[in-house]
Amino acid sequence: MPDASRKVEINCTVNGERQTLHAYPMARLLDALREELRLTGTKEGCGEGECGACSVLVDGALVNSCLVPVLQVEGAEIKTIEGIASSEQLHAVQQAFITCGGAQCGICTPGMIIAAVNLLERTPEPNEAEIRTGLAGNLCRCTGYMRIFEAVVHACQSTEAKS
Amino acid sequence: MRAYLPSYELKTPVDLSEALKFLADEPGVWKPFAGGTDLMVVFETGKLQHKRFVSIWSLKELRGIEVTPEHITLGALTTYTEVQGNEILQREFPLLCQAASETGGLAIQNRGTLGGNVANASPAGDSPPALLVYDAQLELVSSTGSRLVPYNGFHTGYKQMLMRPDELIKSIRLPRTGEPWRQYYRKVGTRKAQAISKICFAGLAQLDGEQIKDIRIAVGSVAPVVVRCLRTEDALKGRKVDAAAVSAARAELAREISPIDDIRSTANYRLQVAMNVLEEFLINL
Repeated sequence: MPDASRKVEINCTVNGERQTLHAYPMARLLDALREELRLTGTKEGCGEGECGACSVLVDGALVNSCLVPVLQVEGAEIKTIEGIASSEQLHAVQQAFITCGGAQCGICTPGMIIAAVNLLERTPEPNEAEIRTGLAGNLCRCTGYMRIFEAVVHACQSTEAKS
Repeated sequence: MRAYLPSYELKTPVDLSEALKFLADEPGVWKPFAGGTDLMVVFETGKLQHKRFVSIWSLKELRGIEVTPEHITLGALTTYTEVQGNEILQREFPLLCQAASETGGLAIQNRGTLGGNVANASPAGDSPPALLVYDAQLELVSSTGSRLVPYNGFHTGYKQMLMRPDELIKSIRLPRTGEPWRQYYRKVGTRKAQAISKICFAGLAQLDGEQIKDIRIAVGSVAPVVVRCLRTEDALKGRKVDAAAVSAARAELAREISPIDDIRSTANYRLQVAMNVLEEFLINL
């Protein structure tokens, strides 16, 4: 069967910088971020939308970048884990993961932090059920979740203390 | 084996009429591609047979929720997140909101669409049982016009549906009955988030005193298509909910569904749980 497609140009904004990606239209956003832009903070876990390791924000919405064909981010604003800290200053969620021991092997951590940051943007003072729902699409196989929940609670408290 | 990227084509049409032109000009060659939460999973494993897709994700004509006194019309690209956030749906069609909240996790709910869930035609979809008990209709559109079809009967077999290759789902219409239905939804999966159903049940009932005046039941993951259980409904209409009625309904449901063994569950487990969930619905009316 002859090849159906050629690489196309996709213009989007990634972590505040305009980018032009050159990719096959069905290429996964995950691969374009990691391989073309060398933003390897976004991880691949299951590759089928179940584990959340590849979570990024597209126009402010949490998505699994393994399930988004790159053609569909034309004109979009994308935020990856590399765009969460502001220069040398860690985001409150990142600092809280360190303080509370919310990371062990680290594979789920970028996705967890993206999901937690997104949760706090939508719900600045989440209750426990809201934290569980906000992170329900992110699997961790080693910390056991309790320290991750504690980190999210701690991040809310430290954000409150600052404001 | 992973998919070979150059063999797949994905096009972005400028508007709905261009998307429909793709489908009409080469019937069967192009298929619609919405949020990708089902197709990309198959694609990544290298098993996506179809090769050419039209991305409809950016088409405004397929978005939005319209409300009239008679109907709520959901654009086919309405996401699970949008379903959950709509106040009228929460009030009048809570089973659809519950189904949306139990589909995947937030990242899936932000990309997964109702139209995609219908067109993917999986018997394990979470929204179809709710759409069936609400007597949903589908608006199918093509370059030559549009037509309204009842959702019940739309799926004719495993992954089969009454839609031409030049058509796509434009919207899903829910009639507003204004009647005081008691409503029940239960998804049984391996875990709360992210799981695909072992069984999935939606029920509506109206009581007249102790008698069942009207009842609607639909169950997913128990047959090649999601089943509206009309015979079980008939076995219950006009009856008082007592042990005999529950027992008769359980027996009728067992005849009406045909669950199988697969990677997620067994036929026997599905049958028992479907009957138990029906009983839970009935005894709590």
